[in-house]
Amino acid sequence: MKIIVCVKQAPDSANVKIDPQTHTLLREGVAAIINPFDLFALEAALALRDEHGGRVDVISMGPAQAAEAIKETIGYGVDEGVLLCDRAFAGADTWATTAALAAGVRHMGGADVIICGKQAIDGDTAQVGPGLAQRLGLPHVAFVRRIRQVGAESMVVERQMDDGHDVVEVKLPCLITVVRQIGQVRPPSLKGKMRAKKYAPTVLGAVDLGLDPAQVGLAGSFTQVVKVFAPELGGEHRLWQGPPQETGARLVDALIDGRAIILGE
Amino acid sequence: DEPAGEQTAQAASGVWVFAEQRQGQAPEVVAELLGQGRKLADELRAELAAVLLGHGVEGLVAPLMSQGADVVYLIDDPRLARFNDDAYADALAALVRDRRPEVLLAGATAIGRSLMPRLATAVATGLTADCTGLAIDRERGLLLQTRPAFGGNIMATIVCPQARPQMATVRPRVMKAAQPDAARRGRLERVTLSSDVGGGSAVLEIVAEIEDQVNLTGAEVIVCGGRGVGSAEGFELVRQLARELGGVVGATRGAVDSGWIGHAHQVGQTGRTVAPRLYIGLGVAGAVQHLVGMQSSDTIVAVNKDPQAAIFQAAHYGVVGDLFEVVPAMIARLRQRRGQDQASAADQKC
Ligand SMILES: Cc1cc2nc3c(=O)[nH]c(=O)nc-3n(C[C@H](O)[C@H](O)[C@H](O)COP(=O)(O)OP(=O)(O)OC[C@H]3O[C@@H](n4cnc5c(N)ncnc54)[C@H](O)[C@@H]3O)c2cc1C
Ligand SMILES: Cc1cc2nc3c(=O)[nH]c(=O)nc-3n(C[C@H](O)[C@H](O)[C@H](O)COP(=O)(O)OP(=O)(O)OC[C@H]3O[C@@H](n4cnc5c(N)ncnc54)[C@H](O)[C@@H]3O)c2cc1C
Repeated sequence: MKIIVCVKQAPDSANVKIDPQTHTLLREGVAAIINPFDLFALEAALALRDEHGGRVDVISMGPAQAAEAIKETIGYGVDEGVLLCDRAFAGADTWATTAALAAGVRHMGGADVIICGKQAIDGDTAQVGPGLAQRLGLPHVAFVRRIRQVGAESMVVERQMDDGHDVVEVKLPCLITVVRQIGQVRPPSLKGKMRAKKYAPTVLGAVDLGLDPAQVGLAGSFTQVVKVFAPELGGEHRLWQGPPQETGARLVDALIDGRAIILGE
Repeated sequence: DEPAGEQTAQAASGVWVFAEQRQGQAPEVVAELLGQGRKLADELRAELAAVLLGHGVEGLVAPLMSQGADVVYLIDDPRLARFNDDAYADALAALVRDRRPEVLLAGATAIGRSLMPRLATAVATGLTADCTGLAIDRERGLLLQTRPAFGGNIMATIVCPQARPQMATVRPRVMKAAQPDAARRGRLERVTLSSDVGGGSAVLEIVAEIEDQVNLTGAEVIVCGGRGVGSAEGFELVRQLARELGGVVGATRGAVDSGWIGHAHQVGQTGRTVAPRLYIGLGVAGAVQHLVGMQSSDTIVAVNKDPQAAIFQAAHYGVVGDLFEVVPAMIARLRQRRGQDQASAADQKC
């Protein structure tokens, strides 16, 4: 079985803030990590390889430093990694991202199963997986929490829904995106870590993939971010400090007056 | 210069809402999309359409019209009986190509977030994820789509200048639901499904998981305990205030991870998104992952002993103090005011 995992390097998003003066992202000193959901994707892939044999390769689109993320996956036991790296890819929306990833997957000879994380912790869109499937003409199942069984022509998975789960049969080749419940990634092996140290992924640019630079990156994107800003919270503020008997009573009075508490309910 | 989508702005018109249904039930977000869609359509002087896919779902048509849809496109076909991405995407793509809407909205639900990226890719247009704000830019006539990213640490406003439709998924419980008006009439257009729709996946079984008995999302009042509550026993005080107010108990991940209360109570990014009339946070720090789950509440109240706590930035009313002193005082005052109000009502009767 041939499996490709899509891995994104992302800033540790909990630490990204907006500069209140310049309204730009403050990413300085924020560690770049493997998108946590992609480690679940990796575990799903490794478990499939354990059971059915074959290979697990990873693909990532990102700047040169994303090679570090690929190297880290080698430590977990990945066979080979491909980095799509080109100035032309910068500023991609999900449409342009899937253009590059689809070309990369084709370049790698395709796969029986492509596995993505549920979403990236920076962009947070959850759109790359389903979009990539459409580009490749493959069926997909998003938010998979368990792979129940794999046959020659199809597999059966559990898809997390808002009100429970669906059991879905999907034809191979296919793409799935996975949620946390699929399982934590196993620890990297010593052998893997040794290999990772010296490993250098294959690097491909737009031209290598036969892509017109106008189809990828910012130029190839439909959506444009016109503004970023810090979340606006609250409206009028009233803050009381003092003896609790008093502050507690004043708070309740204010809430009743403001009809946030409706007596007689 | 931007890539040429299949369809450009000139030809497109109309605001569409994807009327998601699952086993014949439309989630609440559909009414919210219609409420918001109506406003956008009025501003664009365009029609509001609901697109309904499924099998044997005609019963949903009238409610969609009463909630503001001028027209309902109904694709009723056994192949659409259960949600599967490629058949649904093929059906919608054909309709979009044919009718050329300007705006297409769907809920940011499990179904919406799986289906819409596939559809957007099929019709070659942009898609903005999980929006919490939608408005029309008067100058350019574009849809301004605002959404949280980076785990709620930042907000971004996104446009799709060239390709059509301008597509967005919209976070549930953010927009105001349309008020149904039974007198409203609309037009029903039945659309037949073409013979060649995808069949790459099939739902074998639908398993409803008994939703926790905590109805957080529907609650009018939520009293939420954080790590400041200190223990499982401490939550008794949170419950007591919730009972006094006819509310439901919520919790931060800090409290849930401490094992004081079940995950079903968790509010925030990895819990429930709530928007009650009244939210009261007790011993809640106000981490951004918590705030994104409750910041649309009508009134936000915080009790925290740290005057610097971030939650005070989000709160409309705050008390700096020990919750174990402030909450009993609140309960006492509430009972007193109830007594008073009953007395004054009794006075008026006499
Ligand atoms: C503030 C902000 C808001 C944005 N909003 C939107 C928006 O609404 N719509 C839009 O189209 N774009 C948006 N973008 C752009 C979007 O973040 C990028 O297109 C990004 O390359 C992929 O999207 P994502 O991070 O949301 O990934 P997701 O779709 O959330 O990622 C899902 C999975 O896809 C795979 N994957 C994603 N990116 C890569 C990659 N580079 N290499 C390998 N695998 C990958 C991973 O397996 C990942 O787990 C936004 C960007 C910013 C900065
Ligand atoms: C990816 C991710 C997802 C997350 N998702 C969520 C989520 O869905 N929901 C969520 O809530 N969190 C979430 N978190 C965790 C979040 O970052 C915070 O860690 C968490 O919300 C903190 O909980 P807390 O406010 O109860 O605890 P603390 O941060 O420990 O705060 C306790 C507060 O109580 C106050 N306090 C202490 N004693 C008293 C007293 N006697 N009286 C009054 N005040 C007192 C303190 O001053 C303090 O402000 C997530 C984090 C990550 C990284």
